[in-house]
Amino acid sequence: MELISQHAKRIMEGCKDRAREAGLRFQDESLEYVVTNRDLLELSPKIMIPTLYDYWVQDVEVLREQGRYELYPNNPYETVINTRPPISYYNDNNPDWLNVMIFYHVIGHIDFFQNNLFFRHTWDYDFNGRALADKRLVAKLRSEHGRWVDYVIEFSRTIDNLVGYFDLLTDIGQQKNDQTFTLLDYYFDIFIQQGPRASVSSYAKEIERYNRMLREDPQTGESRFLGSITEKYTELETLYHKKLKEKKAVGHTDLLQFLMEYSPFLHQGKNQWMLLVMEVIRSTSLYFQPQIRTKILNEGWASYWHEQLFLGDDRINGHEVDFSIVNAKVTSMPRVGLNPYALGMRLFSYLEDQAEKGRTGLEYFQLADRRKRDTFDQATGRGREFIFHVRENYCDSMFINSFLDQDFVDQHKLFVAGKRLNKEKMTWQYYVRSRKAADYKQMVADSLYHPPRIEVTVGEGNALILNHVFEGKPLVREFIQAVLIGVEFLWGDEVHLYTSDPIAAKADKEDESQQKKEKPKRTITWKRFRYTMKDRSLTKTLVD
Amino acid sequence: MKKLQELYRTLEARGLSSAQRQVIERELQMAQQMKNPVLGHIHAPPPGSRSLYSYSDPETLQQQLASPVAGMVAAQSLDHLLQRDLQREKDGFPRKIRVGKLVKPGRDGSDKVVVIPTTVEEKFIHDQIREESDDEGEGEEPGEGGSGEGEEGEIIGEQPVHQEEGGEGGAGQGKGGTHELESTVYDLGRILTEQFALPNLKDKGKKRSLTRYAYDLTDRNRGFGQILDKKATLRQVLQTNIALGRLHPTKPVDSGQLIVSPRDRIYRILSKEKDYESQAVVFFVRDYSGSMGGKPTELVVNQHVLIYAWLSYQYQNQVETRFILHDTEAREVDNFQAYYSMQVAGGTQVATAYRLVNEIVAEEELTRDYSIYVFHGTDGDDWDTYGEEALPELEKMLVYASRVGITIAENGFGGPSRSEVEKYITKSGLLESKKELLRMDVMTKESTESRIIEGIKHLIS
Repeated sequence: MELISQHAKRIMEGCKDRAREAGLRFQDESLEYVVTNRDLLELSPKIMIPTLYDYWVQDVEVLREQGRYELYPNNPYETVINTRPPISYYNDNNPDWLNVMIFYHVIGHIDFFQNNLFFRHTWDYDFNGRALADKRLVAKLRSEHGRWVDYVIEFSRTIDNLVGYFDLLTDIGQQKNDQTFTLLDYYFDIFIQQGPRASVSSYAKEIERYNRMLREDPQTGESRFLGSITEKYTELETLYHKKLKEKKAVGHTDLLQFLMEYSPFLHQGKNQWMLLVMEVIRSTSLYFQPQIRTKILNEGWASYWHEQLFLGDDRINGHEVDFSIVNAKVTSMPRVGLNPYALGMRLFSYLEDQAEKGRTGLEYFQLADRRKRDTFDQATGRGREFIFHVRENYCDSMFINSFLDQDFVDQHKLFVAGKRLNKEKMTWQYYVRSRKAADYKQMVADSLYHPPRIEVTVGEGNALILNHVFEGKPLVREFIQAVLIGVEFLWGDEVHLYTSDPIAAKADKEDESQQKKEKPKRTITWKRFRYTMKDRSLTKTLVD
Repeated sequence: MKKLQELYRTLEARGLSSAQRQVIERELQMAQQMKNPVLGHIHAPPPGSRSLYSYSDPETLQQQLASPVAGMVAAQSLDHLLQRDLQREKDGFPRKIRVGKLVKPGRDGSDKVVVIPTTVEEKFIHDQIREESDDEGEGEEPGEGGSGEGEEGEIIGEQPVHQEEGGEGGAGQGKGGTHELESTVYDLGRILTEQFALPNLKDKGKKRSLTRYAYDLTDRNRGFGQILDKKATLRQVLQTNIALGRLHPTKPVDSGQLIVSPRDRIYRILSKEKDYESQAVVFFVRDYSGSMGGKPTELVVNQHVLIYAWLSYQYQNQVETRFILHDTEAREVDNFQAYYSMQVAGGTQVATAYRLVNEIVAEEELTRDYSIYVFHGTDGDDWDTYGEEALPELEKMLVYASRVGITIAENGFGGPSRSEVEKYITKSGLLESKKELLRMDVMTKESTESRIIEGIKHLIS
């Protein structure tokens, strides 16, 4: 791995200037490396982060089956990584014009990483540096605890998709108006409003009394008031401290954090090093979370800009045809399939156009006349501004749900393709199943990353209870055992998982010839099951 | 087809039970639907659904870069990984390394057998709602994105389920695949033997000299040589000293007082050794009638690959394989590829296959130089219900074979009752009287890889 040539770097600096003029915002420094296939062998299992911690699974071919992208909240194979400075990778034999095109694409990504709010928690530090520290930490622990480090890594990774990413975002959002919860707050907001004496008039009286004491003596009024209430209600302070502790409850849906906070096993002196390892896994997972939740948006944004900026770049005249060949491969809509580059880019162009004509406001949507809608044009000149707004505030699911409408589907002739087996000809037939925007939207939404939501509590006898919130899908059954073994290890006691499994209710059997022609209708009933992991053996029972 | 009907009629004349008739008729029906042997009988998962998240920048933008994942394997050595896996078991956790997918049907028909250590990182993730009793893939697949012209409901394209192959029967492409199989199969055998504690062969059969020599430091020479054999030298020194009367049985030996003659020094020198190795020939016999379609075939073939691997390891690659397919007639095919992927829809007569094996062995006089193994995979249907023809052939086989292993992978059509082959073999008493030579393993359709390996243990132990 070596830095790109000075010649190419100079060209890329020119790209940055042009991108800034167009309105993109990103930091000045960036690192570009030329990589060989050999480098990629080492980089790709480490998700292109050169300093990621070592783990033996990175050395084994991981079965790439369906659902793999559900398993890994990151693309193993990226051109640019979200570090400070951002690092991007190039082939050693790229011609200049291709490097320019790629670099514009990379700039699009960097701009997205550094401005989209879903990446907020990655803005304040360099992940590359942090990963290096983590790697050293893991190596040091490995020299002390040997293979047990790898077990902890393994078990933590089995649940690293259950991190409270949105909790983290919420916390960051609320940090600004963060006020400490005082005894006074507790008294007025909770204590006085509960119990037998709770009435509006007594509440008002207390407020009045507090204000009066404060008026009489601004210096000591508050402490005098507090003294009077603690004297009157001796239990107040204990309750307040109890409440404070409650407030800190974490990890309700973040299994990793919950274990780190409350597991008795992990807090035994000899096991405390495990917390360090778990924190490494958790923070790594959190770091990658936004990436998979913004795939369409991020690739669409980068594709939109590489096209805009490349075509506007005067330095590469004469390579338009080369460019269009590569660009077409990247951004053409496949006849069957879902290309995030193509979909995202078209959606951005569509939105820019809509906003340019003022078709994003109430006035347009209230218009019932189809003809008037077609000709509606306020010439707002605010198209760019609108897509920058989208780039800053949206993630894939919001993007798809808010903007994918029938006009867009019609304009690009999109449809949901179905596939069925034709038994006579023994072929797979592809057909147009639906051209409705709602169906298309549903289809895209279904293919988006969505880890299960699992609520964590502690039950009787210190058993850990995992409650899988039912969303119409079962968990992958083969994986349950391995995951629960790990959780049991980290919790140090038995673990229960509640989840729903589909039970196929057989359709009535008619005579056989009939059945062959008509597909038997499948009906499914959902039953709630409890999986119990105790002493590393799994049992399954039906609960109702 | 005519032949089948005739055979059916002769059988019927001899008298058939209703259950048998059902089996035969079902297979006849299949035979009518599909007349020629076809390659690639397994319904590949419906093609084409590419995940939204599988698109990546380097691939789309810098096309030259091949995806490196295939080459990711084993930055650590295989041994290291396996050792680690063994340690896991000692620590009380289930093993994690699997012997990878064995046969990967390629989309263009170039099936590849790739043996790699693989693993899965388990997590809680959502699953599709499974089609419980439907392995044909008839169900409505979840939709995919699409763009372009076409009315709703209009068919926009077709893709054959059975990929036609250019040229003759895929032999050309098959060879590449087989070669790949050879190169990794020895490793697989080693993994199987070590990791799954498959037994080593006790008696590898006849040894046969090869025109190969190994050079080994086995000969001894007095006075000069490559390596001093200290133990032998010391013994010689003591002998000399005893002969000279310098040592007395009652007194302790003072080594400083020993006299050492130059001739006492004994060395080892390189010598030419003739290499004796045993060889084996394995007959893989498979029922390829219509009822074998799908899962039973997969199970049988996977098991046969593993057995082949194990034997390759045991015999240090000195294993020849012969592949035999049978329905109501038996035929020999050239390579594993054809063996794996052919299917015909005909009836089932096990006896024909056994007869062919016996004929080949007799004709080529294989018994003289080889240990012979026969492994037969079937779903257990046989039109020859009582084994009247099959059993005599089987007995003939047991005379020369080192081991005959019969795998029955139930196809699930017949319900819970035992299949014909299972019945007549059990009834014949051969499993008891020739316990050392004949083994049978019955698997259900849903068997997993570990079950297959269990089966192998039973078949070869």
